[in-house]
Amino acid sequence: MSVLEIKDLHVSVETDQGTKQILRGVNLTINEGEIHAIMGPNGSGKSTLAYTIAGHPKYHVESGSILLDGAEVLKMTVDARARAGLFLAMQYPVEIPGVTVTNFLRTAKTAIEGEAPPIRTWIKDVREAMTGLKMDKAFAERNVNEGFSGGEKKRNEILQLELLKPKFAVLDETDSGLDVDALKIVSEGVNRAKANTGLGLLLITHYTRILRYIHPDFVHVFVNGRIAEQGGPELADRLEDEGYDRFLVPSNVG
Amino acid sequence: MSAASALSKSASKTVPAPSTPAAGSSTLTPGQHGIKEHSDGRFGYVPVQTRSDRFKSVNVADFDAVTGREAVWKHSPVAKFTDLTAGTLDGSRYLIESTPSADISVDWVPRSDARIGTAGLPEERAAANAWGVFDDALAITVSGEEAKEITVTRSALGNTARGAHTIIEAKPFSQATVILANTGDARLSENVEIILGESANLTVVSLQEWDDSAVHLANHFASIGRDARLKHVVVSLGGSIVRVNPSVRLAGPGSDTLLLGLYFADAGQHLEQQVYVFHDAPKSRSRVNYKGALQGQDARTVWIGDVLIGNKAAGTDSYEQNRNLVLSEGTRADSIPNLEIETGNIVGAGHASATGRFDDEQLFYLQSRGITEEEARRLVVRGFLTEVVQQIGSPELEARLQLAIEAELIGTDDK
Repeated sequence: MSVLEIKDLHVSVETDQGTKQILRGVNLTINEGEIHAIMGPNGSGKSTLAYTIAGHPKYHVESGSILLDGAEVLKMTVDARARAGLFLAMQYPVEIPGVTVTNFLRTAKTAIEGEAPPIRTWIKDVREAMTGLKMDKAFAERNVNEGFSGGEKKRNEILQLELLKPKFAVLDETDSGLDVDALKIVSEGVNRAKANTGLGLLLITHYTRILRYIHPDFVHVFVNGRIAEQGGPELADRLEDEGYDRFLVPSNVG
Repeated sequence: MSAASALSKSASKTVPAPSTPAAGSSTLTPGQHGIKEHSDGRFGYVPVQTRSDRFKSVNVADFDAVTGREAVWKHSPVAKFTDLTAGTLDGSRYLIESTPSADISVDWVPRSDARIGTAGLPEERAAANAWGVFDDALAITVSGEEAKEITVTRSALGNTARGAHTIIEAKPFSQATVILANTGDARLSENVEIILGESANLTVVSLQEWDDSAVHLANHFASIGRDARLKHVVVSLGGSIVRVNPSVRLAGPGSDTLLLGLYFADAGQHLEQQVYVFHDAPKSRSRVNYKGALQGQDARTVWIGDVLIGNKAAGTDSYEQNRNLVLSEGTRADSIPNLEIETGNIVGAGHASATGRFDDEQLFYLQSRGITEEEARRLVVRGFLTEVVQQIGSPELEARLQLAIEAELIGTDDK
């Protein structure tokens, strides 16, 4: 069984005002098949954690480690991480002009598998996944994310999740900007991917809304660059009622 | 050049002659700030403003020696081709290969051919130099209403400094794609006249895949008749210095042009295009889209896009854009759009220009899907240039260009 371990992770980012510390000792272990929700207020470092796992060059790891089945992820290039089985569904997917969805998916699948997928089954897989996400056929011939609506971009991310079949996926605020119908469609896609491949999920969200459709096994509250509290699904319910206020009060009392 | 030259079109009306220094300024206090003449000695001189009023002549002697300070030359490495601007050119016939095509004739015609000079006249010295020397012009004449394609290849020009003249005529209602393919070595200055009769539908592709040493200066002059449509494509991939300047006059009502350009400059390469669209008739339409990539030390590209909407051109619609993708340090891309409008009664007129470096976020996105950095770069560049390739409309040529771009990308990976 695969396991993703994040150990005492400290991450900073360069800003105009100098180096800014964002993650201050994150510890988290995700086993295959588990769903972990990371919830927290804006600016708590949730997205930084997501991008650090994926290897975005903007974030500097100062100390700590990320292990995928014992192998140090931090030493891998961005593409090697993906080939090792990690996936990041981005909050703001980038437009790639002139590259069609079809071409992109096939290139990515080939890169991850090390060989081109058999054409007939691949076309069938793509078509089924698109149908499941209620994506029009014409979508495949459009350029990646170019002119896509917010909801289309998120569906395109989940389409990749379903087709690339990673061991672990980080979903960075996949719920943001989605209306309830799109949220259901996207959530169903995530649940389908989990049912099919048994992947582990790290679900990053500000709101509890998506947790109605994707049920977490564990909930972690992220405040000021580290996990402030963790528990089961009941913690999400409590956050729904109380918000993040109690974590934000400076605790200089006993 | 002198503004007083005989051939200058209405220059005497719009361009005051340079005033003699100090003459007539006796009422002014010499040396008073802002009144003293400038040290460049051109006090009182107003440069030619309207694009169509540029000096034109077929006589090379009417142009002063090229210094590199002229508007048309200031971005070009003029010292590297003085043989073409000042030397004696070989104007003899040269070897061509062409694919046979029904309803398209390819002949050498004498200088007395009535079509010569009807689409446009030289506006700079290298063009006039070529105009003066050609023995015969190569004439590609298209008739017949069915769609057809012809490729005319020049591959054996050699390194003799040459002047050449080509006429491409599409008879009324005819339709064709004419591909001018250039390979091998060359030191060439040439004029290409493109004449479209009423309702003709012509695509002209000038494909520069020269050897690394080649120097090619070309001026294309197009005149588009009523309801006719010209698609003009400049593809510059190979050559040391390649300068292809298309100048299109939308002469008939309802005439339409799409000007496309695609270029990929490697280390040390100079690729230039000065595009000029003159809307000289009502309801005419133009679109200009040039895209280029630059990679390697001293890779240099120049794009100048002039659009003039004349006072006869009511109801016109025009848009021009240039995009450059910078792939490495040490490159330079100049992009200069100019728009001149003499009538307010138009549907649209716009221009856009952007030069940007490789987008790291695109790279990250692709890499995060397992695609290696090299492959990701290739995808993005190919994607960037594909937009132009896809509009050419010749499947065979499109496939060939995709391969050529691929080869450029692999070539640059080696550096």
